[in-house]
Amino acid sequence: MSDKKTARAARAFDVRTFIAALIGLYGVILLLTGIFGTSDADLAKADGLNVNLWTGLGLLAFAIAFQAWAMLRPVRVPPRKDPEQ
Amino acid sequence: MDEALRLDANWIDYLLVALYFGFVLGIGLAARRQVSTSLDFFLSGRSLPAWVTGLAFVSANLGAVEIVGMSANGANYGIATMHYFWVGAVPAMLFLAIVMMPFYYGSKVRSVPEFMRRRFGTGAHLVNAISFAVAQLLIAGINLFLLATVVEVMLGWSLIVSLVVAALVVLTYTALGGLSAAIYNEVLQFFVIVAALLPLTLVGLHKVGGWDGLTAAVSDSPGGAEQLSSWPGTALTGFDSPVLSVIGIVLGLGFVLSFGYWTTNFVEVQRAMAADSMASAQSTPVIGAFPKMFVPFIVVIPGMIAGVLVTEIATEKAAGGEPAYNDSILYLIRDLLPNGMLGVAIAGLLASFMAGMAANISAFNTVFSYDLWQQYVKKDEPDEYYTKVGRWATVGATVIAIGTAGIASQYSNIMDYLQTLFGFFNAPLFATFILGMFWKRMTATAGWVGLVAGTASAIGVYVLSGDVLGVIGLSGQGAAFVAAGVAFAVDIVVSVAVSLMTRPREYAELTGLVWSETPRETFRDVDAEALPWFRQPTKLAGIALVMVIGLNLLFL
Repeated sequence: MSDKKTARAARAFDVRTFIAALIGLYGVILLLTGIFGTSDADLAKADGLNVNLWTGLGLLAFAIAFQAWAMLRPVRVPPRKDPEQ
Repeated sequence: MDEALRLDANWIDYLLVALYFGFVLGIGLAARRQVSTSLDFFLSGRSLPAWVTGLAFVSANLGAVEIVGMSANGANYGIATMHYFWVGAVPAMLFLAIVMMPFYYGSKVRSVPEFMRRRFGTGAHLVNAISFAVAQLLIAGINLFLLATVVEVMLGWSLIVSLVVAALVVLTYTALGGLSAAIYNEVLQFFVIVAALLPLTLVGLHKVGGWDGLTAAVSDSPGGAEQLSSWPGTALTGFDSPVLSVIGIVLGLGFVLSFGYWTTNFVEVQRAMAADSMASAQSTPVIGAFPKMFVPFIVVIPGMIAGVLVTEIATEKAAGGEPAYNDSILYLIRDLLPNGMLGVAIAGLLASFMAGMAANISAFNTVFSYDLWQQYVKKDEPDEYYTKVGRWATVGATVIAIGTAGIASQYSNIMDYLQTLFGFFNAPLFATFILGMFWKRMTATAGWVGLVAGTASAIGVYVLSGDVLGVIGLSGQGAAFVAAGVAFAVDIVVSVAVSLMTRPREYAELTGLVWSETPRETFRDVDAEALPWFRQPTKLAGIALVMVIGLNLLFL
């Protein structure tokens, strides 16, 4: 049982990388849209605020922090008692 | 909803939405590789860390009803809507963690109905398992319908196409990866929802002139300055007297309704059961309580902003009419967000609605496979057999959900009634559980008789209320609070009376199920005592409680 558990843990994937990747991609796309694709009409909509630019920066910062967490503290399943006992 | 809500989505928005769907399916495929036993499929092999199950716990509840309904309430009633979070959710989540989770996790049951069966036998179990399974199918249909409506309105796809596409995506990942896929996706969905709603809130606040601008605008609106304080919430409850209103909110919403929902609803409890240890299971609702406290700031506040900023809603409200409050958040997205951010917002709404539906379906297939099929139809099959049953149950549930979504699109009032009725199963369920966990004398007969009597009395009060017959002068939320309160009281009285007249079970059989018959060691997690203080559930729960009391005082 414990052998099987370790084998499973080794294959365990880390959902944090998925989250960081998606949010990071969103950040990059919004940032680019904010820099290159913002019309005056877009700016007027939000009273002069470049929504895409700022959101993009925010998402990117979040994604980097999240990925750093995943890399500093990788998934480890600590050896423990069989739960069925 | 109408043409005015059609959003000007361009290719960037579609790209962002497509990316999101790609990741959702990717997680489904990755989670599939971890499924080797039925416990993997239905309870993620009880192997997930507490922060994952905790965020899934919040996300499973952050569905269509929550986002559309609570922003609508925000536009309509203002700050009083916060009660649904700070009074109506957080205290019950902490109670679930500290008092009830030791029984659920410690007894190693695989579902809430299974606990019912171990404690009270098959009578109460059948009532509970069947009503829960049917309710999940209907609610999944309602979530799916709202999901498809949003796609139809915002992107212009036909309702049928939207229904089938949305259902297929949910089906693919839940059937492949089981509960793990649903839970991992719920965590991803949580972040996408926040990425959509937090910027929306900040842009809205910027446009309305900051917090001061919002309070000034709300004070000038028809609701007046009363909408800026959470108590006594008379507009929300429909009670004329402020004292009764406060009692209604604290006892009706804060105690009976929310404790009933959060502590016995398997959709929520299942997330905690998937945790890797007793400490993690207890931490699941506690960790969930922290985001839950702050969710209203990105749901209720945008609703309030829409109430003063969106022309369609503000002018109608000022004229004393009934604006389409349910569309508040969609209007706000249309008015404020440029292409790009628009795509993230659409992805966030789709994420929220899919999370709700997937949670219903993954809870349904567990109860169907373990509690109905394995218990009453085919008992001693090999383990793989039940995983297969679970996969087919998922397919069946999705097909039925498309059907119930179809019914919801035709008869929206009937669905409202049904959803309210299912809410009434929870209050007596909570009464039966809490009595059964702490009173060893309670008998099996009392278990099912109390449940039936409690539910029947709730339905009785509801039918007599202003919403249906009008014999009792109560309607809306107030009627729901009173119905739940009556159901709770009737269940307790009937259960005690029947218990005293029937023969109790051998007390020795109740180990792990009743407090007084269980050695304290069973509930203790030795590993938890080695954890640092900030990871111990009881201490975390204390911090959460202090914070939620603080939030209540802040918006008094």
